[in-house]
This record gives sequence, C-alpha cells and structure tokens, in this order.
Amino acid sequence: MTFLGLTAEMLARLQFAFTVSFHFLFPAFSIGTASFLAVLNGLWLWKRDEAYLKLFEYWKTIFAITFGMGVVSGIVMSYQFGTNWARFSDKAGAVIGPLMGYEVLTAFFLEAGFLGIALFGRKRVGDTMHMVAVVAVAVGTLISATWITSANSWMHTPAGFSIDAAGSFVPEDWWAIVFNPSFPYRMTHTVLAAFLTTAFAVGGVGAWHLLHNEENRQSRIMFSMAMWMAAIVTPIQIFVGDQHGLNTLEHQPAKIAAMEGHFETHENGAPLILFGIPDDEAEVTRYALEIPKLGSLILTHHLNGRVQGLKDWPRQDRPPALMPFITFRVMVGIGFLMLALGIWSLYARAKGSLYSNRALLRSALIMGPSGFVAVLAGWYTTEVGRQPYTIYGLLRTSDSLSPVSAPAVGTSLLAFIAVYFIVFGTGTFYLLKLMRRVPELTEDPELDRGPTRAAGTTPGPAQDDPMGGENVH
Amino acid sequence: MSIDLPIIWAAIIAFAVLAYVVLDGFDLGVGILFPLFPHRHDRDVMTNSIAPVWDGNETWLVLGGGGLMAVFPLAYATVLPALYMPIILMLLGLIFRGVAFEFRWRSGPDSRLWDGGFWLGSSVAAMMQGIALGALVQGIKIENRSYAGGWWDWLTPFSILTGVAVVVGYALLGATWLNLKTTGELQHRARRMAMALGVALLVLIAVVSLWTPFINHLYFERWFGWPTAFFSAFVPLLVAMCAVALWHGLTQDKHLQPFLAALGLFVLSYAGLGISFYPYIVPGALTIEEAAAPDSSLIFLLVGAVVLIPIILAYTGYAYWVFRGKIDPEEGYH
Repeated sequence: MTFLGLTAEMLARLQFAFTVSFHFLFPAFSIGTASFLAVLNGLWLWKRDEAYLKLFEYWKTIFAITFGMGVVSGIVMSYQFGTNWARFSDKAGAVIGPLMGYEVLTAFFLEAGFLGIALFGRKRVGDTMHMVAVVAVAVGTLISATWITSANSWMHTPAGFSIDAAGSFVPEDWWAIVFNPSFPYRMTHTVLAAFLTTAFAVGGVGAWHLLHNEENRQSRIMFSMAMWMAAIVTPIQIFVGDQHGLNTLEHQPAKIAAMEGHFETHENGAPLILFGIPDDEAEVTRYALEIPKLGSLILTHHLNGRVQGLKDWPRQDRPPALMPFITFRVMVGIGFLMLALGIWSLYARAKGSLYSNRALLRSALIMGPSGFVAVLAGWYTTEVGRQPYTIYGLLRTSDSLSPVSAPAVGTSLLAFIAVYFIVFGTGTFYLLKLMRRVPELTEDPELDRGPTRAAGTTPGPAQDDPMGGENVH
Repeated sequence: MSIDLPIIWAAIIAFAVLAYVVLDGFDLGVGILFPLFPHRHDRDVMTNSIAPVWDGNETWLVLGGGGLMAVFPLAYATVLPALYMPIILMLLGLIFRGVAFEFRWRSGPDSRLWDGGFWLGSSVAAMMQGIALGALVQGIKIENRSYAGGWWDWLTPFSILTGVAVVVGYALLGATWLNLKTTGELQHRARRMAMALGVALLVLIAVVSLWTPFINHLYFERWFGWPTAFFSAFVPLLVAMCAVALWHGLTQDKHLQPFLAALGLFVLSYAGLGISFYPYIVPGALTIEEAAAPDSSLIFLLVGAVVLIPIILAYTGYAYWVFRGKIDPEEGYH
C-alpha cells in the first residue's frame, strides 16, 4: 500500500528526516546559548559590570523559547523510534536504548530541574545557587549532546556487540559501544558546530544593532565575543572536520565516495571534484569541475592515495550520491565563509574598526543564520551517506520499519508538517522579534519582559504587552 | 542469580510512568481547566504556578519511553505501533501545550490564540494517554515479534471511557493544585470544580474497575481469585478513604490535603492496574521476562538509575521547594 505514491518506508524516512531536522535546529542553538549564558552570568558575578547582566537577561528569554521548542520536538523523537521504526527498536533497542536512557537520567532531568531556577530564581536562591543552576543547565546540554552523538555514532560505526539467534544486537562491551570509533570525532564536530551556530547568531544580532547604533555597549560586547569565537573556533572546527573525514574514510568509505562524487576507484591519486552533479543511474558525475590529485591529498593526506569509488560496491549497498555531494559542499562552503569572516574581524579589530566597519557588520548579519544551514547540511551528509543502512553494514533501513501502513505514516507526516510549520514558524517569528529588541534593559532586569516562569517572585500580569514597543526599532 | 533484573526494571519503569502521570497530570489538568477561567489575569497566575516545573514533569515521559526502549525493547516495538495514532496525537498535543507557555507572553496583549492552544494541547494529550491506556488494557495482537493488528484497533468504547477518565482525573489534579497554589476567587472556583470533578472521577473509576475484569479472563482471575482477591478488597477501601479525605479537605478549607487525596486516587488506580497486569507487560501477550533486554543492558542502565534517580528526585524536590508557597497575584502589578 502506498500513500501519495510513496511507500511506508519512504514516508517513515521523510517523517524522521522532517521531525529530526526541525528538532536538531533547537539544540544546535541552545547548546551554545546555554554556555554563552553561563559565561555572561560568570562575567557579571566576577566583574559586577551591569552590561553582562543585561546581556544575560536579554539572551535568557531567547534561550527559554528555543529550549521549550527543543524539548517538545525532542519528545517526538523519543517515541518515533517505536512508532515508525519498531523493528529497529526491537533489534537494536538493547544497545541504543540505554544510551538514550543515560541521556535522560544525566542530562534531561538536570536541564529541566534547574531551568526554572536559572531563568527566574535569581532572587529566590541568591547569586551563588543561581550560578550553579545556570552552569547545571549548560553542562546538561553538553552531556545530552555527548550521549546522543554516541548513540548516533554507534549506528555509523557499531562496536562492542554480538548478534543473537533472533537477529537482535546484544551489548557485550559498553566501553566499546559508547566510545565507538566515530564517536570522539562526531561529538567534537557536533558540539563545536553548536557553539559556532550560536556565535554567528549572536554575532548577527550584535551586527544588526551596531548598524543602527554603534555606541550601544551591549551590542559591542556580543559582537566582539561572537567574532572572537568565529576567529578562534572556526579553524579548530575545520581541523576537526578534516579528522572526522579521515575517520569516515576508514569506516564508511562508500559515504566518502558519495560525498566526493567518485564512482570510479582512483588507485593513483583522486581528483577533487569541486562542483558537479552525481548521477546514480548512469554512475557518473556530470559537469564535474576537477582539480587533479587534490582529492587524495585531502582524504588520505597523500597525493597518490587510493580513493574508492561507488562502483566498488553493489548498487543495493550504495548510498545515494547527489544529496551528500551537495550538502557536503554547502557545509564546507559555509565553514570557509565563517573562517573568512573570523579573519576579517581580527583585521578590523586590529585596525580599531570592529564596530564601525559597515561591510563587516553587514556580512556578519548575513552570516547570522549560516550555522543553522551548515549544521543541517552536515547532518544530511552524514545521515544520507549512511544509507541504505540504519546500522551501518548490518541492518538495512528497509528491515528497520514498523509494521504500519503507508496511509498511517503519510497522515501523521502531514500532521507533523502542518503543526511544525505553525508552531515553530510562530516560534521563529517571536525569536526574531526578541532579537530585534535593543539590548538595553530597565534597572530591575527581573521585572523586565519574560516573566513566564517566575512563579511567586515576578508573575506575569505586569507584562500585558511584553514586547514593549518602545524598545523595538 | 538471585536478583530478578527484569522485575526491578519493571518496577522502575512503572515508577517513572507513575511519576509522569501525577506530575504532568496536574499541569495538564491546569491546561484542561483553562476555558473555565476566562480572565487573562487568572490564566497568568495559573500558568505561573506550573511554569517553573512543567519541563521536569514532562521529562518523566521521556524516561518512560526511552527506558522502555532500553530495557523492554520488544514491548516498546510492539506497543507503540499498536498505539500509533493516539501516540502521535498525544505528541502533537504536547507540542502545542509546551510552546504555549512561552508563546502566550510573546503574542502581544491578546493571548487567546495560544491560550486556546494550551487548552487544546493539554486536553488532547490527556485524552490520548487515557485512550492508549485503555487500548493496552484491552490487549494488543502480537505475532512474530511485531504488532499484528490494524491501525484503528485502539478505538473502542472502553478506550474512550478510559480517555475521559484520565481527562477528568488530570482536571481534578489541576483543580486541587490550584487550590494549593492560589488564593481568593481563583482558589474558590478551583475548589468548586474539584468537588464536581472528584465525584465524576469516582464514578468513572467505579465503571472502569467493574468493566475491566470482564475484558480479559486474566484480570477476572486476578481480581476474584485467591490470594489476589485480598488486594481487590483492599484497594477499593483505600479509594474510599481518599475520597473522604478529598471531600473533607475541600469543604474544610484545607489547601494541601485535597491535592494529596487526588494523588492518592491516582496511585491506587495505578496500583490496581499493576495488579491486573502482572506478570505481563503487554497483557496476555508479552510477559516482563519475555520483553526484557539482555542482562548486559539491564545491568548497565541499572547502575546509573540506582545512583541517578535519587539525585534527580532530590534536585527536583529542591526546585519545587524554591518555588513553594502561594502565587502572589498582586505582585505583578507593581
């Protein structure tokens, strides 16, 4: 049975891709923002400079909305494994489940338990305990990232298991499972990506406000901090990404072949295909613009290194090439633009024009959402590149599906699409509205907008119009 | 090995689900009651009373789901496809409910749209949880390690009844929570609602309890066969005691007692379900032992659970303690 001409498998894949893409955007932002808030609050407590407190209060509202959207879209993920991928859950639940169980126990409760205090409990618990709560939330987001990338990495590079008579994965060595071969690379790459996503979003907001008023101290601080991150973290991320690529070549060479658009195996130095259109049917990358030998140099760090092509694998074992090829180039392209902006900012900083160079500010504004695009593009590269398997080389996507019919999956997919666009579209609109506020607050930041969770201390009624109006451009 | 790991895990998962039901129960209940409090100010106080804690409350649902996948993967892989529609609708409801906390403050002076979303999301989530429960009690067809029924099997008169019962039960938890956290006219209204809801819930509990033994002979034997009949007599007695405590608390202007009595009703109903289910995890189809993951998984996660759950309870308790006491409705007008 099909629905709108699509099989249950394709619909389930689309549903997972759709819900996880939306979900992933929120943690990608909140992981970085939580740490940013911890740094801001730390700076406020250390230096007692009001500017940091104001910035904390400013970004905390934005964080609260992002975090809320991350929570609700995340709950969907934790049930989707069962509703749509029941056979995967039956076979791999004993390995994947405990990793996610630990994520809940060590991270989700920590974040949720301290979030109320971090956002609205400063006056109730005092500075020290408040700082503890802020740090607990930040650490929680990082622990969460650790477990979930471990679980995801295991699906790419499974280790430490055996397979029983029923075809289920039985954990044998938890150390090997958690620290599976691709985990350290993937986790580092993902967490740095989250930090960069936040840095560029913060930088974009700072740039927007500096373009309107280059004297605003808070705008200057956030722009400066963001540009330091861009200049320092981007080169590290490029290095880590390269290492991650080498690791992928070792464990998932077919994915690399798809990412690079290589159908033929190159025994003596593969070219780097800059652009082109891979055609899986014809087994050729059309309109390829190539640089000889550079592909091998990047992938193997040798000019004449051997790089396998997709033809080395039977057709049914290959990932589709077009999507990883394109998304990988998008991610890398954005990475180098980030690097360029970081270097430019260093130059402007040295010349003393960091806050007044309008071309730089406009570029930073345009680059504001770039982290989100890069994160999604990288995610598609690695996940589509894992096909046609859910657990690489061992369990096919087609053998992972629930016994649900296409109309059921199709209907729920349409419902998810409608609800997500309404809810998260509105959420994004509110976020942009909050980012448009000039980063200046009244004397008492706790009484300023965003009282939602304040319970006894600052109930909401004072904020009949929380957007103020006078504070918006 | 003397320690029965699957049974320990069944107890932990049962605890997580119970914690979810009572904790998210009262904040979903506040959402269900939203239309009965038309004034923006009342609604602000109501959301403020649950805003600092709902995130943590909902996390128990993730533990229930994630934990089930980890330690009873076969149950997870059969129950969720069987309850496909109610689960998806519950998730969509929870999305609306969760974002409404933030969005209603961002939507300008008129928050009716997101207040509506808050009510609808809460109600749908509660209804679907009740329907899922009823469908599970009725049994799920499993063949060859997967769900073998249709995708409308969950919809029956019995599951609709349990759906309504859960909505009413959550509303009662919400009303008694408001009686605990608020003052003045808002508190009075909540108290009057709690009385009506309490009566309705007791009737529903009675109907569901009398119906259940006739759904499956397993339940019948459990409730009327010796020695378990001992509990069958005991549980209704405790329910009656909770009902008295609830009524007494509501009429005598007690603030905490009605909430605790409502919690008691939930715990007892839940215990009744546990008596019916044991030793099955999917009634009649899958026992706790059959559904369990390999010991290596059970032990690995148990080490963490034993250490972490008490810590989680401690800091969750701390968070509740920080935001203790009545919500001051006037403070916000300063």
